[in-house]
Amino acid sequence: MKPGWEMVIGLEVHCELRTATKLFCGCPNLFGDEPNTNVCPVCLGLPGSLPVLNQKAVELAMAIGTALNCEIRPSTFHRKNYFYPDQAKDYQISQYDEPINVDGYLDLPDGSRVGIERAHMEEDTGKTTHAGASGRIHGADYSLVDYNRSGVPLVEIVSAPDMRSSAQARAYATELRAMLVASGASDGKMEEGSMRVDANISVRRSSDDPFGTRCEIKNLNSVRSLGRAIEYEADRQIAIIETGESVVQQTRHWDEDAGRTQTLRSKEDAYDYRYFLEPDLVPLVPDGEWIRAVADTMGMMPAARRSRLVDLLDPAGEVSDSQADQVATVVDLGLDDLVIAAVANGVGSGLALARTANEAATDAEAARKVDPDSYVALLTMEDSGALTATQSKTVLADLLAAGGGDPAALAAAKGYEAMSEDSLASAVAEVVAAHPDAWGRYCSDDEGDRKKMAGMLTGLVMKATRGQADGKAVAAELQRLRG
Amino acid sequence: MTAPRPTIGLANAVRSGGRSALEVVEEHLAAIEAGDGAIHAFNLVTADLARHQAGAVDRMVADGEDPGPLAGVPVALKDNLCTRGVPTTCSSRILAGWKPPYDATVVERLRAAGAVVVGKTNMDEFAMGSSTETSATGPTRNPHDTTRVPGGSSGGSAAAVAAGFVPLALGSDTGGSIRQPAALCGVVGLKPTYGTVSRYGLVAFASSLDQIGPFAATVADAALLFDVIGGHDPADSTSLNRPTPRVVSVLDDGVAGITVGVLTEFLDGAAPDVAARVHQAAEALAAAGARVEEVSVPEVTLGLSAYYLIAPGEASSNLARYDGVRYGLRVDSEDTATMNTATRSSGFGAEVKRRIMLGTYVLSAGYMDAYYNQALKVRTRIIEGFATAYRRYDVLLGPTTPTTAFPLGEKTADPLQMYLSDVCTIPTNLAGHPAISVPFGTGYDGLPVGVQLLGPALSEGTVMKVAAVVEAAAPTIGVPVLSGEARS
Repeated sequence: MKPGWEMVIGLEVHCELRTATKLFCGCPNLFGDEPNTNVCPVCLGLPGSLPVLNQKAVELAMAIGTALNCEIRPSTFHRKNYFYPDQAKDYQISQYDEPINVDGYLDLPDGSRVGIERAHMEEDTGKTTHAGASGRIHGADYSLVDYNRSGVPLVEIVSAPDMRSSAQARAYATELRAMLVASGASDGKMEEGSMRVDANISVRRSSDDPFGTRCEIKNLNSVRSLGRAIEYEADRQIAIIETGESVVQQTRHWDEDAGRTQTLRSKEDAYDYRYFLEPDLVPLVPDGEWIRAVADTMGMMPAARRSRLVDLLDPAGEVSDSQADQVATVVDLGLDDLVIAAVANGVGSGLALARTANEAATDAEAARKVDPDSYVALLTMEDSGALTATQSKTVLADLLAAGGGDPAALAAAKGYEAMSEDSLASAVAEVVAAHPDAWGRYCSDDEGDRKKMAGMLTGLVMKATRGQADGKAVAAELQRLRG
Repeated sequence: MTAPRPTIGLANAVRSGGRSALEVVEEHLAAIEAGDGAIHAFNLVTADLARHQAGAVDRMVADGEDPGPLAGVPVALKDNLCTRGVPTTCSSRILAGWKPPYDATVVERLRAAGAVVVGKTNMDEFAMGSSTETSATGPTRNPHDTTRVPGGSSGGSAAAVAAGFVPLALGSDTGGSIRQPAALCGVVGLKPTYGTVSRYGLVAFASSLDQIGPFAATVADAALLFDVIGGHDPADSTSLNRPTPRVVSVLDDGVAGITVGVLTEFLDGAAPDVAARVHQAAEALAAAGARVEEVSVPEVTLGLSAYYLIAPGEASSNLARYDGVRYGLRVDSEDTATMNTATRSSGFGAEVKRRIMLGTYVLSAGYMDAYYNQALKVRTRIIEGFATAYRRYDVLLGPTTPTTAFPLGEKTADPLQMYLSDVCTIPTNLAGHPAISVPFGTGYDGLPVGVQLLGPALSEGTVMKVAAVVEAAAPTIGVPVLSGEARS
């Protein structure tokens, strides 16, 4: 973004809840079925039908509220009235001024905190497909509506306008997604639309200035799109202001292919939704016991899982940036239990984290399924020097492919055995003898030269032993020979 | 004395094998066939379905099974109650051809009790009206005088019972739509406590006010029907999950020690002949041992204005779904929005459009606080006003309607005059309380007068046992004579 400007970002995230049935009826909540098969009088909005609130959806909403440190309150439902063909009743049942979750926050891996204004329940609409060249409702030859999604439970999570960069917004969306998955509330699949992000963006010259006029960006189908759209939109608004004009409050559509936002509707065209209390439902008043029971069934949230790993590395919480990245990767991929298990069995925390974040993470799906005992046994072998790092990584690939197994047997099958001290010493001696110039420079007093030659000689030993030598042991032997 | 129970007699005759359900239904179908041309109580007579159901009842009896407390009793349903595979139109063009894929909960309960559904009755379009004249199928006529309205919106159900086409019928009451036509047609009509009868399958007009209830010739028959259709339904979130009053068993308990407040605000607006009948009913209750006093509940005078903001507000949302996309009428146009407009312009009648516009307006940004939200506050005041009265009185007594049945066409050009005919019934809906209209003689014009008994929530038992005493003391009204053919 242009220097001398600050962006202000708030995100609205819709997430589909992973319930067996829809929010107000017993139809299956399933993605991808034959159109209009998971429907009934209620989710088709047939005359005379009435909604009945899904208890499981309420519990998942409360789980989200708990994970986002919200106050969980008595709440009500309203009707949001607007005409659209995929809206079966031509109104949406949504929580409005009395949402179930309010006043929470989400801590991001970089230590920043983003406020959560509310996380409320509402029903999803059906899905319209416009046939014709435009793909939009205008100019369509005809339109098809699939009501399978009609009435699917959603929670809309509204952040405070606390974010100041596209990177922070991406981090928020990523962290929120991890939290939604960890809480069991959602599968967090942005590409399938089960998590949808709208961004409210404004710009200002100084953090002391009041907020500028904001625009809302829709159709952000990935975290990457979110970042791109924010950057584009901030630049667009800055350009407008710098020419002396004013930003017009609008809802804008992100065009992924064109890489820009386009006007969808301006404030003057905004719907008057005529919200009023939904008379077909009664107030929802969860008691403390129910709220506690939901909290008790929840797993650890990503932030807690990260700090659990950081504690293993350094109880004072001082870890390098690269280790912090490794921690974030491991938690994001759901591999932190492997690290915990390895450390509990005596493997060094740095090694356990590095191997998990760098190697296991390349096939996270397999790593999540691998037998933890095999994994721990392999890292124990490496940690004790029984396998070199190179050998360990090769065995790990086999282990992941097989879903487990005996790492010692896999290593033996590859002919991997830790070299005896004698054979290591003779291999080093042979290399030294064959490269007298390098050895001479290694023995010189030039610190830089010695380091360079140490690397070269170690590499030659590794090559000669086809990787069987342990790098650290070679370095120690060179040091010993130099005297 | 014991309250008259013709329906129970009929059901018991069928249950014992003394009468065949098929024979009973044929008799009633014949009466409809002979008389409904002059009345137009029915939008649809489901004769074949009725015969089929009656046959099933007879087979159960033959097999030694009990078909239930309404065995073989013909029942008519207001045409806003969903019936599986049977057209349900709300007397609106916009639902032309729509056959619900499901039965309303009350319809299921009727069938489970052995009742035989004979058809769907005419009504004001989407229950919006007080005379059944806003029906897209044409007005229903009052069996006591076919130049007069039957009241509304459940005018078809009231007329069907009054004409002897059926012993029982169901209606719905949002602002008086059961009690007002019951009064004008000289039959009993009960608006139960909100939440005692499931609304699942009742096509919504104003969801916070709508309640299904019975029509019958007598208080005891209405009580029997209420006992069958009432009770918790998990498919309706506003259905009370607690025991509903069982009314039949307390009907003959009498009124000794009961306190009755005669509601002065209702009497003030009533025609002299109607007011006189209310006083006469009050005297009868006093004579039977009740303590009767006049009482003022000034808040009830606010009811009409609050109702005409709340009910249209909810209706504007409830009727949005008739957009031509999924069912019912569709007037094809070049794009979706134009199709929506064309469909709704063509499918809805004038009164429905008037209320949708009014309701849209009162919910609009900038107007909601001044109108809709203000009306909700008034609604709370009305509830408080009733609560104060019910601390001193078990029931309240007043007229059901200010006048007897008015001539067809008299009020159609003046919506406000039409709305005023519900002035005595609306406050009960706003409070969610039960109230019953009981026939009590006639007015100067010889047409039926209804007196209304109101009680606090879930007081159906008390209200109906008082109603039974009023009924016993009521001067008789003439039996309607239909176009040349007297009913047996």
